[in-house]
Amino acid sequence: MARLAPNTMFKSGLGTTQRKDNWWLQPVLVVFGLGSFGIYSTWAALQGNHYAFGPYLSPFYSPLFIFDWWHWSPALLILWAPLGFRATCYYYRKAYYRAFFADPPACAVGELAEHRYSGETKFPFILQNIHRFFFYLAAIFIFILSYDAYEAFWFDGHFGIGVGSLVLTANALFLGLYTFSCHSFRHLIGGKRDCFSNCSLAKAQYKTWSIVSILNQRHMLWAWISLCTVGFADVYIRLCAMGIIHDIRII
Amino acid sequence: MSEKTAKIKVFRGDEKGGEYKEYDVPLFEGMVVLDAIHHIQATADNTLAVRWNCKAGKCGSCGGEINGKPRLMCMTRMDTLPLDKPITVEPMKTFPVIKDLVCDVSWNFEINKKIPPFKPKAPLADGTWRFSQEDADRVQEFRKCIECFLCQNVCHVLRNHKKEEFAGPRFLVRLASLEMHPLDVEDRLSLIKEAFHIGLCNITKCCTEVCPEHITITDNAIIPLKERVVSRFYDPIAKFWQKLFAKNDVTK
Ligand code: SF4
Ligand code: SF4
Ligand code: FES
Ligand code: FES
Repeated sequence: MARLAPNTMFKSGLGTTQRKDNWWLQPVLVVFGLGSFGIYSTWAALQGNHYAFGPYLSPFYSPLFIFDWWHWSPALLILWAPLGFRATCYYYRKAYYRAFFADPPACAVGELAEHRYSGETKFPFILQNIHRFFFYLAAIFIFILSYDAYEAFWFDGHFGIGVGSLVLTANALFLGLYTFSCHSFRHLIGGKRDCFSNCSLAKAQYKTWSIVSILNQRHMLWAWISLCTVGFADVYIRLCAMGIIHDIRII
Repeated sequence: MSEKTAKIKVFRGDEKGGEYKEYDVPLFEGMVVLDAIHHIQATADNTLAVRWNCKAGKCGSCGGEINGKPRLMCMTRMDTLPLDKPITVEPMKTFPVIKDLVCDVSWNFEINKKIPPFKPKAPLADGTWRFSQEDADRVQEFRKCIECFLCQNVCHVLRNHKKEEFAGPRFLVRLASLEMHPLDVEDRLSLIKEAFHIGLCNITKCCTEVCPEHITITDNAIIPLKERVVSRFYDPIAKFWQKLFAKNDVTK
């Protein structure tokens, strides 16, 4: 029976490669990007204060639930949902499997010698299969955050535009692009079909699937932009609430 | 006129091992790596073994690793490579080396044989089958595959972890083209999960990065298949829905 080559023929081991380009740059950038967001968002979520300013509400704290029996930051009540969505996202999986698990660190670059590997077939990674349920939750969040963005244009009952209104609007927009370019959504909205032409529903599903497919090609881009906007929205509102910067009113 | 030359470091050996040998080759306009290998064969050492056929990127025979990257030798132009250092040319490392740049890819054909073939549904009343372009689009992308096996070579599940039970990206592409075919009625989803082990793929996309036909293997073939496997095996709501309406096209 034909076989694959044994690992002994060529040098192997973590980082072994004949590649001459900067293959390590991408994993380093991912570690830096996800690492700094992780540190900031954990800190910000634990603060439990300075999350609102005027009509603005930080996306880390929306929807805002305040209960007497809950003695910790209200962010912790909700953040597990977007966190789970991103953690099980097909793009982020690629990013962290490469950058944090070196599995593989880059294409045609060696891994830690002989470590056990079961891909996404065993606990914990088999849980990646529930991604679509996080998608359902994330879709609800998009409506909530869009409402927050709308609210951010009403200052004491009067319409106005501040920099914060624009920040929250951009945030809702990019989070929407990220969420609705999801691979699971692409499947559910039409990709699951084999036949796109045999009845009217199939035609409609073909249309929606085609649109989601176009968004999906840029899924990684939306993932990073929305990560930046959501972090920036919290920073902006926090700094305003702390009195360190002043929100500029355009109208 | 002084001739411009490049240094090529070629793997020479067989399945027991080997060494790298350096050769000087003259450069010419439009030259590809396969030309350099041919030059070495013609002038320096006619025992150097290489497999090739079309020199047009269509037969899929000349896959190798150039400066560590899995590529077709006939489609890699010398002027796209840095010439200040020797250019390494090696066989595909995931498969056993027969000699020099030629490796034994027959493991792939064994996997291929396990895939249940196309099974068309009953023909229309006039005895023919018809479907429209929008049904064909998705599957057409997968038909571009030239079976160079560069994706199989780079896939870490095969390359590093030697999971011989894993079908690998090329055959997940073939499975996707059959599963998404509008006229096919065979059901391969359980096999995709249990026999071809799609769960071993961790969607790190190296297959997509190296495919010379630019097939979006991970996004268009593997992830949609993973989603179908989720619907069948991991999604209680979809199961309930399927039972309720019993006309879901994932289960056909
Ligand atoms: S995406 Fe999956 S099949 Fe493709 S190279 Fe990576 S692990 Fe292998
Ligand atoms: S999918 Fe692409 S890389 Fe893989 S065998 Fe086919 S053409 Fe080659
Ligand atoms: S695949 Fe990235 S959010 Fe679903
Ligand atoms: S020789 Fe045919 S693909 Fe390179």
